[in-house]
Amino acid sequence: MAQMTMIQAIKDAMRVELERDPNVILFGEDVGHVGGVFRATEGLQKEFGEDRVFDTPLAESAIGGLAVGLGVQGFRPIAEIQFVGFIYEALDQICVQAARMRYRSGGRYNSPIVFRTPFGGGVKAAELHTDALEGLLVQTPGIKVVVPSNPYDAKGLLIAAIRDNDPVFFMEHLNLYRAFRAEVPEGEYTVELGKANVVREGSDVTIITYGAMVHTSVKAAEEIEKTQGVKVEVIDLRTLLPLDIDTIVTSIKKTNRAIIVQEAQKTSGVAAEVIAQINEKAILHLEAPVLRISPPDTVYPFAQIEDAWLPSPASVIAGINQVLEF
Amino acid sequence: MSKPLVSQANYEVTTEKVEPLQVLAPDGTIVNSDKMPNLSDDQLKELMRRMVFTRVWDERAVNLGRQGRLGFYAPVSGQEASMIGSEFALNKDDFICPGYRDMPQLVWHGLPLYQAFLYSRGHQHGGQIPQDVHVLMPQIIIGAQILHATGVAMAFKKRNQPRVAITYTGDGGSSEGDFYEGMNFAGAFKLPVIYFVQNNGYAITTPYSKQTGALSVAHKALAAGIKGVQVDGMDVLAVVQAVTEAAERGRRGEGATLIEALTYRYRPHSLADDTTKYRTKDEESDWEPRDPLTRMRLFLTKKGLWNEEIEAQVKEEAKATVAEHIKKAEETEKMTVSGLIDSMFEVTPSHLEEQKQAYK
Repeated sequence: MAQMTMIQAIKDAMRVELERDPNVILFGEDVGHVGGVFRATEGLQKEFGEDRVFDTPLAESAIGGLAVGLGVQGFRPIAEIQFVGFIYEALDQICVQAARMRYRSGGRYNSPIVFRTPFGGGVKAAELHTDALEGLLVQTPGIKVVVPSNPYDAKGLLIAAIRDNDPVFFMEHLNLYRAFRAEVPEGEYTVELGKANVVREGSDVTIITYGAMVHTSVKAAEEIEKTQGVKVEVIDLRTLLPLDIDTIVTSIKKTNRAIIVQEAQKTSGVAAEVIAQINEKAILHLEAPVLRISPPDTVYPFAQIEDAWLPSPASVIAGINQVLEF
Repeated sequence: MSKPLVSQANYEVTTEKVEPLQVLAPDGTIVNSDKMPNLSDDQLKELMRRMVFTRVWDERAVNLGRQGRLGFYAPVSGQEASMIGSEFALNKDDFICPGYRDMPQLVWHGLPLYQAFLYSRGHQHGGQIPQDVHVLMPQIIIGAQILHATGVAMAFKKRNQPRVAITYTGDGGSSEGDFYEGMNFAGAFKLPVIYFVQNNGYAITTPYSKQTGALSVAHKALAAGIKGVQVDGMDVLAVVQAVTEAAERGRRGEGATLIEALTYRYRPHSLADDTTKYRTKDEESDWEPRDPLTRMRLFLTKKGLWNEEIEAQVKEEAKATVAEHIKKAEETEKMTVSGLIDSMFEVTPSHLEEQKQAYK
């Protein structure tokens, strides 16, 4: 099996699907000849030609709308929005046009589109390049939202997303692109959308998280087990919509305590939704209120205080202790 | 002087007034025989039949709307030449991405009339376009459809199909970012798409003079590197000719065309606004003599192809057809919340299955 970084795994997923299905096409700003600002599509234009992999003019709404029109005609577009903060320009096409196509047409048309976008902090990028905007998307009916945390999942989830006949918003964490290598199978495989992954088993507290915060949480779990003997279970959601509440409830029935760690601001986001669903399905199994570990409700800060603003292993450990001591 | 780094332009920006193409004068005479579309007598009569039918349908729809038997409805009277002429110039496998007022084009392109009424009544089946009808349902967000047509046209080009996409918006829509983004993409990729702007003078209540400082909507094509033309939107023959030429350009691989049709809506934007607050009687009476039905009636009558009897017959047929389709729409089984839930995704996820239980 090959050792790949997450960005290599993402490219490999697109390569496999471009090869398998002539209807898969890939476009966005600078994705062609250069292969994208992060090289996620490097070499794909050379391999599949300019007809399948191409640069667009700089216009995010048009990238989204082009994908919708092509999708209506049976293509399976992978549309890259270069940085997450630029999706605001394309939100009508993503959240209204693509996400509502099946509903508006009573099932006559669909939007088999993957919108790929890098996001995520800790890299000292320019303003509006890193924000965690998944909360905007998960409140949109008709779209799926995926956030992989490792190379294996990234490839399998992306292939599943490309094959899905509904639109998928696929968020790739900047800090994970080249953070580490992992074993990734050659060729085709899928990781089912809507299934969480228990990345670390434990009996005392459950951490529910996704993206780069999976790694922050695992670090915190290892540390607190070493120092305090607390056994922490860590769940990587992988898909934020649909949310795998069953895996969460199973874990809470075992640990009776939970915290959610997210990189997005606190209010009304994924963490709030997870807590609401835990209340509906597992409240009697809880020994303490479920806690959110997240940045405050400010805009994403300029680089200088980014590290202090984002959740850290220390802030996660503090949260674990808070629910243990309740 | 140093050479510019990148320059594809080989023209000077025009500041000249664009003259609208006209074939048929308001008095029914041909004023531009070079541009007379190549249509048989039967086709000329069919154009008139469709315009008369559509006016009857529009009058009926406005009444039904006021009775509460339709939902949202955007009146079309005055714009028949633009709507019907532009659709008439297309092939059946060309694709229409309409705005909210463009129901006549969809119906004449093949959407069953009762589905148009269902759409107005807020029923999903209104948007369930039959497989062999190449249209999208009407767009509500102004200008979003311009990008969809651009994508559809790209699909045609990639598959080497001799098909074109046409999309409609109004003069207000030509102020949207999506309008510029779509035309710019079409220019960059040389796509077979027609951007048809029905400039009826008002974006709801805001007049064209307050919409833009551009000399015309047609001039906006220049920035995108596509062809821009203006047409008398009350002259159905000129509209047929302009769209035929644009479609042929697209099919020949020569790219996109922006057509600005100068037209007028006699009635309000929707059934909810009051035209007396933003239009004058003088303006309305200035447009009346330019009516698309009147001039075509005069033209066809002179040719011996039309008379009062035929027109009365078409009107009766229209009234009966509209009544039949309204009945069918009213008798169509209502949507259900569980059906709505199932229309969100191809396979309904478990959380929605659970939410559906409350509506069983």
